[in-house]
Amino acid sequence: MSSGSALARKPAESARLASEVRLSVEQVSYAYSANPAQAPLFTVEATSFQARRGEIVAILGPNASGKSTLLKLISGALAPLSGRILLNGFVIHTLTPRTRAQRIAVVQQESTLLFPARAWEFVLQGRHAHGHSLRFESQEDVVIAKNALAQVGAAELSDRWMDQISGGEKQRVILARALAQQPLLLLLDEPTLHLDIAAQIGLLDALRRLAAENRYTVVVVTHELNLAAEYADQVVLMQRGRCLRVGPPVNIYQRELLEQVFQTPLSVEFGSSGRPRVTVLPGT
Amino acid sequence: MRPLTLRRLLLQCSMLAVILFVVVVIALKFGAVPVSLYALGRDLLRVVFGQSSQISSDYGLIVVNIRLPRILLGITVGASLSVAGTSFQALLRNPLADPYVLGVSMGASLGAILALILEPHLTISPLFAALLTPLGAFLGAAATITAVYFLGRREGQLDSATLLLGGVIISSFLSAIIMFLMNTLSGNLRGLSFWLMGDLSTPLQKSAYWFLGIGFLLATGAIYTTAADLNMLLAGEKEAMHLGVDVPRVRLVVYIAASVLTGLAVSVSGAIGYVGLIVPHAMRFIFGSDHRTLLPTAALGGAIALVFADTLARTVVAPTEVSVGAVTAVVGAPLFIYLLRRRLP
Repeated sequence: MSSGSALARKPAESARLASEVRLSVEQVSYAYSANPAQAPLFTVEATSFQARRGEIVAILGPNASGKSTLLKLISGALAPLSGRILLNGFVIHTLTPRTRAQRIAVVQQESTLLFPARAWEFVLQGRHAHGHSLRFESQEDVVIAKNALAQVGAAELSDRWMDQISGGEKQRVILARALAQQPLLLLLDEPTLHLDIAAQIGLLDALRRLAAENRYTVVVVTHELNLAAEYADQVVLMQRGRCLRVGPPVNIYQRELLEQVFQTPLSVEFGSSGRPRVTVLPGT
Repeated sequence: MRPLTLRRLLLQCSMLAVILFVVVVIALKFGAVPVSLYALGRDLLRVVFGQSSQISSDYGLIVVNIRLPRILLGITVGASLSVAGTSFQALLRNPLADPYVLGVSMGASLGAILALILEPHLTISPLFAALLTPLGAFLGAAATITAVYFLGRREGQLDSATLLLGGVIISSFLSAIIMFLMNTLSGNLRGLSFWLMGDLSTPLQKSAYWFLGIGFLLATGAIYTTAADLNMLLAGEKEAMHLGVDVPRVRLVVYIAASVLTGLAVSVSGAIGYVGLIVPHAMRFIFGSDHRTLLPTAALGGAIALVFADTLARTVVAPTEVSVGAVTAVVGAPLFIYLLRRRLP
């Protein structure tokens, strides 16, 4: 994961691994202040990590730890105060919105529509960045949108109205729109919020499969420690705007560390899969 | 999955064009002086073939010199207001936005009046003097929509209710200033009811129709280049940006073009309300909310609605007339209340 271990390998292999690094967050910081004269209300301190093709990265941390801000920086919606974020070697926040949308898809917590639209209209919006504003959708766009719906198991929702489907179904259609963008990088902000357990598992299984099949790099912000442990290849642990640790779940899920970050007593076990499980111990 | 095709778009537009033609014929036929369909057809053909001089009957002159220009005015004003309303609704993410409700029309009225007051004191060429009123109306419209936009923002987000209230209050404030100006100043300022309610009865010079028509086409064309972007803006500015929309550019183009449309319409017809609110909703109900369809259908629908409303304004209390703005308000205000009850949480 780190460049040090890559360099220790044979040169050819290390070159191949380096080319597989898709997202590179380099010493990125950010400060938010309502008034420039005052001290910043909120900061993200220098954060670095890298993610390869097909990898799922989970950003974990309590409320106000800077998770969502970090995601906004990666999406290019915010420009970093210092440092830079590279996607395949390009600095993300200097790209035009159109170029960014061809490479990065963002799935937000809630997507509200002003006027009713059908699911297929919504998914076709993902093709916008690949055409020009005035053209009509091509047959190719339609095929891509249909595939995207099928990939998330939502083909039968195609003709339904977006305001008449359940939260879990809606989340899948939103994910399908992101897939229709054919991105390199898929960013999700608390995608499992408001979903029941089955829908959460369904969504993350889909993400796992999609990341493997299409070689997407996925970055997901979540509160769900156990889902992150189960599905993530890498975890970025944040606390009060600082990035504490980066690494695979087994290295991050240590009882003392998590207790200190989340300010609650808990226990960590390792299941048969080798993945850690967290149990919160209330009242102890 | 049934994505929009050019063929379907043209089909929908030609359907509306046929309806517009029928409404225009009705508007030409009815009025204080009834005209037979035969005489109507004969006189119109003569106009088309450039033989206007052969039209001799008084009826023919009424049709060609009075009703036809008024109908052309109704078509452009109705289409302009309707396209402006559609744009404001998408950009402000507010289904109740409309140039009149937001006070933009009143801002354009005040701008036009100020230009008319200023005009005699300026030494400029007659051509530029003629452009001064629409320019004043445009500046008034642009200033008002900017003010309403910032009034409607709370913690960086547009708040539907605050935005509408802001528009209503600004509208009432501006109309008070208009009344004050009209009561204290005299001159060639037309009537108070023209600026506050709007009507289509004031004939224009021939060149003004060209100016109006070209202005309408340019501004609507500019908005149409952002049609697909507007679809995405319905889900919010952030989401639109992540889908590849250059939000600041679209916002600038559409605000300026919609202000141009409102300014043009108001400078020749005063503040006619609710066309920009009701017509886009009707078209959305029939054709869906894709702006690539909605913008042209709303333009045609606005033309149909205003020509029809003006025919009513001319005929219901014939031989006198009511302001067409009164007709649109009588129909539009109850529909506004219906939409308000249904849409806002």
